[in-house]
Formats: sequence, C-alpha cells, structure tokens
Amino acid sequence: MGSTLLKKKKNGRTLLSLLFAFVCLLYVLPVFMVLLNSFKLNTFVKTETFAWPTEESYAGTANYVKGMTFGNYPFVKSAMYSLAITLLSTGLILICTSMAAWYISRVDSLFCRIVYYGCVFSMVVPFQMVMFTLSKTADTLKLNTPWTIPVIYLGFGAGLAVFMFAGFIKSIPLEIEEAAAIDGCGPMRTFFQVVLPMLRPTMLSIGILEIMWVWNDYLLPYLVLDRTKYMTIPIHIQYLKGSYGTVDLGATMALIMLSIVPVIVFYLTCQKHIIKGVAAGAVKG
Amino acid sequence: MRRKRDGSAVNSYLLRRPIQRWSPVFLLPMAAAFCIGFVWPFLHGIFLSFCKFKTTSKWTWVGISNYLKAFQDESFVYSFWHTALFAMVSLLLINVLAFAVAYALTQGLRGTNLFRTVFFMPNLIGGIVLGYIWSMIFDGVLSRYGTSILLNGRLGFWGLIILMCWQQIGYMMIIYIAGLQAVPEDMLEAARIDGASAWQTLWKVTIPNVMPSITICTFLTLTNSFKLFDQNLALTGGQPYIINPDGTSIHTTEMLALNIYNTFYGQAANARGVAQAKAVLFFVLVAGIGLIQLYATRRKEVQQ
Repeated sequence: MGSTLLKKKKNGRTLLSLLFAFVCLLYVLPVFMVLLNSFKLNTFVKTETFAWPTEESYAGTANYVKGMTFGNYPFVKSAMYSLAITLLSTGLILICTSMAAWYISRVDSLFCRIVYYGCVFSMVVPFQMVMFTLSKTADTLKLNTPWTIPVIYLGFGAGLAVFMFAGFIKSIPLEIEEAAAIDGCGPMRTFFQVVLPMLRPTMLSIGILEIMWVWNDYLLPYLVLDRTKYMTIPIHIQYLKGSYGTVDLGATMALIMLSIVPVIVFYLTCQKHIIKGVAAGAVKG
Repeated sequence: MRRKRDGSAVNSYLLRRPIQRWSPVFLLPMAAAFCIGFVWPFLHGIFLSFCKFKTTSKWTWVGISNYLKAFQDESFVYSFWHTALFAMVSLLLINVLAFAVAYALTQGLRGTNLFRTVFFMPNLIGGIVLGYIWSMIFDGVLSRYGTSILLNGRLGFWGLIILMCWQQIGYMMIIYIAGLQAVPEDMLEAARIDGASAWQTLWKVTIPNVMPSITICTFLTLTNSFKLFDQNLALTGGQPYIINPDGTSIHTTEMLALNIYNTFYGQAANARGVAQAKAVLFFVLVAGIGLIQLYATRRKEVQQ
C-alpha cells in the first residue's frame, strides 16, 4: 500500500512538472512573439500577429536594417549612451556610497545621522515628487549630458545603496580595521585594502540592482537629458511608438528584440547573483 | 546607527578621528550629489506646490489653493480610485499566484531551476519595452474581435493587470521561495508525524512561518502599483479618453503617476502649481504606505 501511495505522489509530481513546463512556454511566448514579428512586414504584424511568417509576410532582416536608422536617430547611438550611462552611474554609485556608508558608520556624528536618515527617507519618495524641480536643477547645473547625468543618479539613487552598505558594514568586526590602523594604515588604505574586499558580495548585489534600474529607467533621462542630442534605449523606443503618424511595427519589433537580447544574455550569465541581489534589495528596501 | 551592538562598538576612537579628517573624500561626493539630486529638488518642490508658476524662476505665492484645485480635479480623483482598484486586484492576484508557484517549486519538482529562471526573466525587461510587447500581443488578439486595447477602458485595466502579473510574479516568487526555505524542517516533520494533511500543514505551519515574506510582498506589490508609470504610459497611455461637456477630459486608464506627469507637461502650462501639489499628495500617500510597512515589519521582527 505504501508503494502505491508513493507511486501516486510521484505521478502527481510528474504531472505538476509537465504543467509547469507548459506554463513556462506560455511565459516566454511574448518574447518569442516579438522575435517572430520582427521578421514580418509591417502590415502583417497587426493582422496576423500569431501566424508564422509566410512567403508573403516574411521580411528577412529588412526590419533590422531599417530599425537602425529609424526615427532619424541611429539606434546604435542610443544603445551606446544607455551603456555609458548605466556603467558610469553604477560605478559612481558603488564607489561614492560605499565610502560614505563606511564614513557614516564609523564616525557616527550628528551630521552623519542626519545624512543616514535622509537617505532612508529618500527611499520612500516617488520620482514624480521631484521630477520637475530635479530636471530644472539639472539643466541649470549643466548636468544634462550622458557624461554628467551619473551625478543625478548618484543623488537620487543614493538612499538604497547607503542603507544597504551601512547595514552590512555594521556587521563587520571593528577589530579588523583597528588592527590595520595599529599597523599603520591610514583611512584611505584601510578602506580600499581592508574594508572594500569584504564589501564585495554587497557591492555585487547593489551593483545589479542599480544596473537594472538605470538601464531600464525612462522618465529620469527623458526629463534630464538634452533630448535633441541624446537618447537612451527606452527613450528611443517610446519616441518611435509615441510619435503620431504611421509607425512601422515590424521595425519597432526588431528594435525591441535588439534591446531585449543583451538583457537576457546578462541575465543568463549572472543569473545566480541577480536573483540573490534582488532578494537582498527587496528584504531591506 | 546604534552606538552599541552585540556588545561591540560601531566606531572606535582609534579610527574615528583619522577618518573624520578625510571627510571631503569619503562623505562629500555623495552628500553633494544627494543635495543636488534629492534634498534641494524635494524642498523646492514642496515650496512650489504653494505657488503659481510656469518656470521655476517666476512664481507667485498662492497658498493652499493648488491643493484645493487638485482635490477638485475630477481626473485626479478618478485616477486615484483607478489606481487604488488596480493596486487591490494586482495585490491579490500577484501574491496568490506567486505563493502558489513558490510553494510548488520548493517541493523538489524536476526542472525547478529552469522554471525559476523563466519566471523571473520578465523582471529584467524595462517597463516601456514591456508595455509595447504586450500592446502588440493584445492588439493581435483583440483585432480579431474588431476592437483594440486603446478603445475600451476595461480591457486596458485588465491588460495592465496581466502585464504586471507577468512581470512581478517571478520577483515575488523569489522572496516567497526564500521564506519557504527558512521554514524549520522539524516543524513540518512534527506535523507529518501527528498526521496533519498537506492542506493543514500549509495553513497551520507553513503560512504562519512565512508571514514576514507575505508582509514584504504585500507592501512591495502595493507600492509598485501606486508608483506604476512606464508600463501605464507604454500600454495605453491613459486611452480611451472621455470628453466632458465642459471641455475637460478623463483618461480612463490613467493612473496617479501618469496623471501628475500629464498635468505637469500637458497643454496648460499654468497648471504646474496644481501638478506639484498633486505630486506632494502622491508622495504623502506613497510614503505613508512605506511607513506602515516599516512599522509592520519591525513589529514582526520583535515577535520572532
């Protein structure tokens, strides 16, 4: 009797596995549809969305070629700006906030506490609250280029990073740094050679959170950047679809595909860290 | 920032003074950027919500009239209720489904890792792109019935719910899986030995033990829904519009964040004071939810 029960349970599990496999197929279907439609001629995207490309509707790589210069702005340029902004901002945030969080934790003066609680407070403020005044401030200070916008990202995104770094630094035994100080390390050397290596796992988590945020962010760069000169991928795609008149859906799908591929590659290569980082950020923020 | 923690100090005299001397290097860059990117725009925003202005340099003080106008603005009140309804529906759906998936994936199914990877994937795609992917799919389905997601507000609402479920179930699932894996194995075993059914074990042992995860996910879905902007803009952009007899219009699928954005950058530039007042109200609402969350999670931590 025991073995039949076990068998029943095993069968149930196989069934559940099959069910999940099916749901997973449904789950990737939207992305697959984008891929499929990126090879169709414009007029067929809307009328025969779910059909396999036929001889009549197949467009080959024409959509990709067209998409590259679609909307009088080269897509490669948008992608490069997106990449530059993401890397610079994430780098700046990681360096500056880890240093600040260490300073705040170790000095712990009244001013430090004000900064710390200011950071915690900034985490609950929605972007719409500051968007108008922030874009004006950025304009006035000439922070409206891809090379200077990281400062804005550092300012607006510092909250979560400082909070997470400070939380981790509190768990580092003080004796390690004291030993370094006794051995003659100055604060700079203590931080970069003793503290920073210990911060690596936290850095990875925060870095991934910031990369995901900045790469996908639409409204902040849209309002801050000088739109006539600089676009990022989300701005580019919104610009194509949002502009009135006829939209070439096939070419848009090709661009969407091009913008998803690097994200999926990034996800598949560091999946473990991404999931860990996201879980850490959620529990704390 | 407590001074004492587990008997060991957070700072030490040996370190404190030397570090303090380096404050321009350690603290200043972040503090300066924080002032530019957050403190100044925030305070300036609160000030401007009491003013009439077109640009930030030309303002006249008008007191609380912006706030009164915001409350009288039919489209703002509409978008609030629309958002609240959206938040409730998505909260229930996302959490129930994410918990069910997480529960199934912690039972040692074959292919668990693959399933987890797939379910989490949509989180990495940005809101704007997500919106356009789904608008293509919905239009492909709806065009067979001679309609479009832009023509029917109810379809727009449920379309956005489907989109958000697709995106967020994977995220919440990760948090629930972490919670479920922390349920003590001996408790589950004790329940099994006492003859509890799987259903009883789930309700009496598992769920009480993952309450912290449930609290976190509840608030995350709630704030995510209230702050939703990109997906809303890309999927329907507030369409379809209902034009009132007096010339004002209601965007039937417009949520709070988009309503504020449209008031700021819409046709009437003299409505910017009202828009800023709306933004302050929006901040109070979102921050309020955040504070309740902090309080709720703190209390849970004490109980454990």
